[in-house]
Amino acid sequence: MIPELGHFALILALLVSLVQGTLPLVGAHRGNNGRAWIALARPAARAQFLLVVFAFGCLTWAFVANDFSVVYVVQHSNSRLPLEYRIAGVWGGHEGSLLLWMLMLSGWTVAVALLSRHLPDAMTARVLGVLGLIAVGFLAFILLTSNPFERLLPAAEDGRDLNPLLQDPGLIFHPPMLYMGYVGFSIAFAFAIAALLSGQLDAAWARWSRPWTTTAWAFLTLGIALGSWWAYYELGWGGWWFWDPVENASFLPWLVGTALIHSLAVTEKRGCFKNWTVLLAIAAFSLSLLGTFLVRSGVLTSVHAFATDPRRGIFILILLAIVIGASLFLFALRAPKVGLGGSFGLMSRETLLLANNVLLVVAAGSVLLGTLYPLLIDALGMGKLSVGPPYFNTVFVPLMVPLLALMSIGPLARWKHADMGAVLRRLTFAFAAAVVVAIAVPLLYGKWSPLTAMGVLLAAWVAGGSAVAIIERLRAGGLRAQPLHWWGMHMAHVGVAVFVVGVAMVSSFQEEKDVRMEPDDTVSVGGYSFRFIGVREAMGPNYRAMVGELELSKDGKVLRTMKPEKRAYLTSAMPMTEAAIDTGLLRDVYVSLGEPVGERAWSVRVYYKPFVDWIWGGCLLMALGGIVAISDRRYRMKKAAASAAIAPQGAPA
Amino acid sequence: MNRFLLPLGIFIVLVAFLAVGLNLNPREVPSPLIGKPAPAFELPQLHKPELTFAPKDMQGKVWLLNVWASWCVSCRQEHPILVDLAKTGTVPIYGLNYKDQRADALRWLKQYGDPYTLSIADIEGRVGIDYGVYGVPETYVIDKAGVIRFKQIGPVTQDVLEAKILPMVLELNR
Repeated sequence: MIPELGHFALILALLVSLVQGTLPLVGAHRGNNGRAWIALARPAARAQFLLVVFAFGCLTWAFVANDFSVVYVVQHSNSRLPLEYRIAGVWGGHEGSLLLWMLMLSGWTVAVALLSRHLPDAMTARVLGVLGLIAVGFLAFILLTSNPFERLLPAAEDGRDLNPLLQDPGLIFHPPMLYMGYVGFSIAFAFAIAALLSGQLDAAWARWSRPWTTTAWAFLTLGIALGSWWAYYELGWGGWWFWDPVENASFLPWLVGTALIHSLAVTEKRGCFKNWTVLLAIAAFSLSLLGTFLVRSGVLTSVHAFATDPRRGIFILILLAIVIGASLFLFALRAPKVGLGGSFGLMSRETLLLANNVLLVVAAGSVLLGTLYPLLIDALGMGKLSVGPPYFNTVFVPLMVPLLALMSIGPLARWKHADMGAVLRRLTFAFAAAVVVAIAVPLLYGKWSPLTAMGVLLAAWVAGGSAVAIIERLRAGGLRAQPLHWWGMHMAHVGVAVFVVGVAMVSSFQEEKDVRMEPDDTVSVGGYSFRFIGVREAMGPNYRAMVGELELSKDGKVLRTMKPEKRAYLTSAMPMTEAAIDTGLLRDVYVSLGEPVGERAWSVRVYYKPFVDWIWGGCLLMALGGIVAISDRRYRMKKAAASAAIAPQGAPA
Repeated sequence: MNRFLLPLGIFIVLVAFLAVGLNLNPREVPSPLIGKPAPAFELPQLHKPELTFAPKDMQGKVWLLNVWASWCVSCRQEHPILVDLAKTGTVPIYGLNYKDQRADALRWLKQYGDPYTLSIADIEGRVGIDYGVYGVPETYVIDKAGVIRFKQIGPVTQDVLEAKILPMVLELNR
């Protein structure tokens, strides 16, 4: 009964979103005559949200109550699965992931409906209308091709269990965070489309759009970082990024979203880049949709692309073509009429942010090309190939070098016209400090190489730039007066620096050993030694594990016992590695258990990974920076202020 | 020409590629062995280890070589299809028992049925390397001249059998 209620709620949600996606848009178009229809937008958004939440609740209930008469539950759960994974199992497969996507979309929509009191009603109606149309597409997709409530009669005895790879705390949080980010860009998109529809492409539009974009970006940052961290400890290879097509699918909207955040700043402050900003907003969401298509259609080979069905692929492709095609067509119609905004000199903050945008978009383009290249070549009948990390590293890293180099300069440069000589003089201290660090740190770790030094130099330069900015304000006595969004920006920039340190250090100084160990054998990496004690058997709730025990010590002092596991899940018989990791501020030591290679011997893999946690720490700082930035009170100003004139030059972005 | 139409143009090209891509299978990797003679080997038979088998024994016949193992889960999925195929007698199926233990393999055949004219034991997986086996099960169609004509990676499904393997066997036998 409850699954039917959920199904019914989804059908109702589709009907409501049809109303939400049509009448308010028509009403806004008709102006004052359409007031009654404009007024429909908010209640429709609320109703749609409640219906989707209800449907999501029904599916969750089916998992919690082990209702094995629902096909989706049978495929992704089991009565022995612990409760937290039964709940996370809701988004462990295709149908549930889409329902989660939909839940996020209606959540974002209702948030706009509730927090947009200061916007003109027509604008709100257009934004909610566009979001309603997207909801129509996704609800129809769920109902027509991927219904999670489909029954299995007679019911199964028990479920086939959740994919063991996904039975991990990482899975509980990674998809919701990632989808919050993905779907959050729909708001920036809806604002852009609404602005194009109304012809009101101005600073006010950019200001309304900024906090939503930054929030979505912060969630996406966290989501990607969680995914990377999960891959690091769960897959047992010790890597943190693989340039896998699905990872790229989440990274593309991030790159374009980052460009969008910066470009929105220019549009809001100076009224320039308007067309460009709109195009980026369309692109960021389009790439989110493209990511959904790539993952869900299985068009690229990838570990993530389980359960693929050509019908679904075609449906999403048509949806993609309609949504993106229509918005780019609208762009082509309206963009020529948009003015250019304030002029600026060659040396100015505008120019620096333009360079930022160009670099980020080129980076996104090259990642997209690498991701789709195998498909393009195959479609042209030119053979089969795959594009791996060497391509991405060769293309991506050189683009990041100038980007990082500009990161210190941008925040110090003035709008309109900047004296670059003076800016660089202010950064002398930062540059000197960065050079010292770049020479000293790699030497301290025993091996100096130009690449490591370059990474550390850039990281110190970026952090130094933020330090200079903060110290200057402190001297001027205006630190307290600095708005929160200024602090947010510097936090995010320092986050990037922290991230770069992690990447540079771990790729230069990590050590790994793959050895065969018998009890009492020792192996050492990075100054740590591991004594193999042995392996014993243990039972988990739904798996049998071989638990290895290794004694970790440094300089003869025993630190702790590490227990890597090799699990065999009972229902799927799939073997899983659970690495044991000793986490530290300056290094991780990492052990994973391989295969038994003799009577008492096992293959064991040990890693020493300096600064690896800085990678995720940096991402966390970036996301926090985003959250701090949107807490700024200027985003909560009233209607009157929202359409105020462009801020005077020299205002912080 | 309106330069603002450029993004739309690029997007349309991309959609066209994606549409073509949907009908391609990224997992289907062509084997370099197709159209080449089946690599030679001589290995003991699974049931009668004192006897051996070599591909050249099959000169003049069209046959299937199916790589299987008792530890292979997907093999269980295709097995009923092979058993049914063997009953029809359309084409002889030879099994290459890959990286397996003899006792396990025999027990497995007893339990699930034995569709093979005979099986060959490749305990160390040497022959598997020559044939480019990278996922078990794999199935090869080999013609009268001993040339590999088709390779199926992963389980043989009813679709693949009817659409590809059987028509090919029929044609090669003509």
